[in-house]
Amino acid sequence: MATGLQPLAGNADAAKLSKEEILRYSRHLIMPEVGMEGQLKLKQAKVLLIGTGGLGAPLGLYLAAAGVGRLGLVDFDVVDFTNLQRQVTFGTSDVGRPKIAAARERLANMNPNIEIQAFETKLSSENALELFKDFDIIVDGTDNFPTRYLVNDACILLGKPNVYGSIFRFEGQATVFGAPGGPCYRCLYPEPPPPGLVPSCAEGGVLGVLPGIVGTIQAMETIKLILGSGDSLAGRLLLFDALGMKFRELKLRKNPACPVCGENRSIHKLIDYYEFCGIRGEEAPAPAAQVPEITPRELKARLDRGDDLFVLDVREPHEFQICNLRGHLIPLGEVPRRVQELDSSREIVVHCKGGKRSAEAAEFLRKAGFRKIWNLKGGILAWSDEVDSSVPKY
Amino acid sequence: MPVKVIIPTPLRPFAGKRDSAEFNAATVGEALGCLTAEFAELRRHLFTEEGKLRSFVNVYVNDEDIRYLAKEETRTKDGDTINIVPSIAGGIF
Repeated sequence: MATGLQPLAGNADAAKLSKEEILRYSRHLIMPEVGMEGQLKLKQAKVLLIGTGGLGAPLGLYLAAAGVGRLGLVDFDVVDFTNLQRQVTFGTSDVGRPKIAAARERLANMNPNIEIQAFETKLSSENALELFKDFDIIVDGTDNFPTRYLVNDACILLGKPNVYGSIFRFEGQATVFGAPGGPCYRCLYPEPPPPGLVPSCAEGGVLGVLPGIVGTIQAMETIKLILGSGDSLAGRLLLFDALGMKFRELKLRKNPACPVCGENRSIHKLIDYYEFCGIRGEEAPAPAAQVPEITPRELKARLDRGDDLFVLDVREPHEFQICNLRGHLIPLGEVPRRVQELDSSREIVVHCKGGKRSAEAAEFLRKAGFRKIWNLKGGILAWSDEVDSSVPKY
Repeated sequence: MPVKVIIPTPLRPFAGKRDSAEFNAATVGEALGCLTAEFAELRRHLFTEEGKLRSFVNVYVNDEDIRYLAKEETRTKDGDTINIVPSIAGGIF
């Protein structure tokens, strides 16, 4: 509880608030739960945000506004149009700019009293420990499994808390990993799913408000860790279902056999997380290379010639509504039980948005005995690029 | 004894878009057996080819992780909720 204007130990600037800061943080200062003591803790705090996207947007905005003294940002991406539906740090005029530059500018404008350290780099096993070591709290706002395991392991190796949030469509998860004596991400999920088994976000989509809600929960947990008050989410996994508007809470236990935080841990340094997650690198071909591919131009030429081709669209009905090639729609998940709708004596060209789901469907059909199957290379996106630019990309 | 199984968003396309289902089951294993009998496509998402629960899918009875109870042998009672919680990364893979 704050009792007055006694400055805390530390360097001179971080140990007191200016007149402008006192006015700015007035609504914090008049709350006994924050007060001058709490506000100075915020000012002295050093928080590193991994990712400045959907989760990183509310995180950056609220932590900057709250007066977290040093905010580190790590991202290597460029703002594109599909980001604007949820990444509220960015405006339309930022499209094409590095996210890190746009975020830095926005946050500095929001609060010029804080220090923003921008790291325009891809987080890797080579740089993670070096990047993390000068920060008190790491906040995971990333979008892929390799980086999540990397962030977790680096936090455990350095003994730093990891404020975790994750989203899918209209469902979110949040917790705090790596608190003293608490569980870590590997205690919860020892292994990631193999690539392709769980639908990806680029396919599955995400409701724009959802990362706003989950990101602000992460911001709240971060501030509670800094202030040292309240009940942290450490040891609890919060599940949020936006459609049902339900929060559920599950117990999260430390796994005594955890390879990174257990008593007999086997991981003592950072590993190759792409290999760990079964991802062999972007240039590696998809595993389902058994089905031959047809390019959009070849398909167009054959359709123009009047060849008897059956076009099978394995996207979801709402995607079909955005644009389609007048194919027969059977969403990937329904292919196994609707296979009788297909005639195995005809040549079938399977397509989806980008070519991944259709490869899976084509491989399934091949195993089911279909012999004249083609996968449209690059999906309807490539069709838009190479054949018909009037087909919208999404 | 009816227990409710909550189906998470990423798995709903393989469960007829349902968000939950109820079964009469005395154990978690029985309930998951009923679920995958009704929705066959869910099976490969929940279990390995050897029939083991996949390591990126956690199952809870009410708020307890079955890994710390009796795993799939965990007994269920009337009104219990089984939560299936797969890992989600929120992104590109």
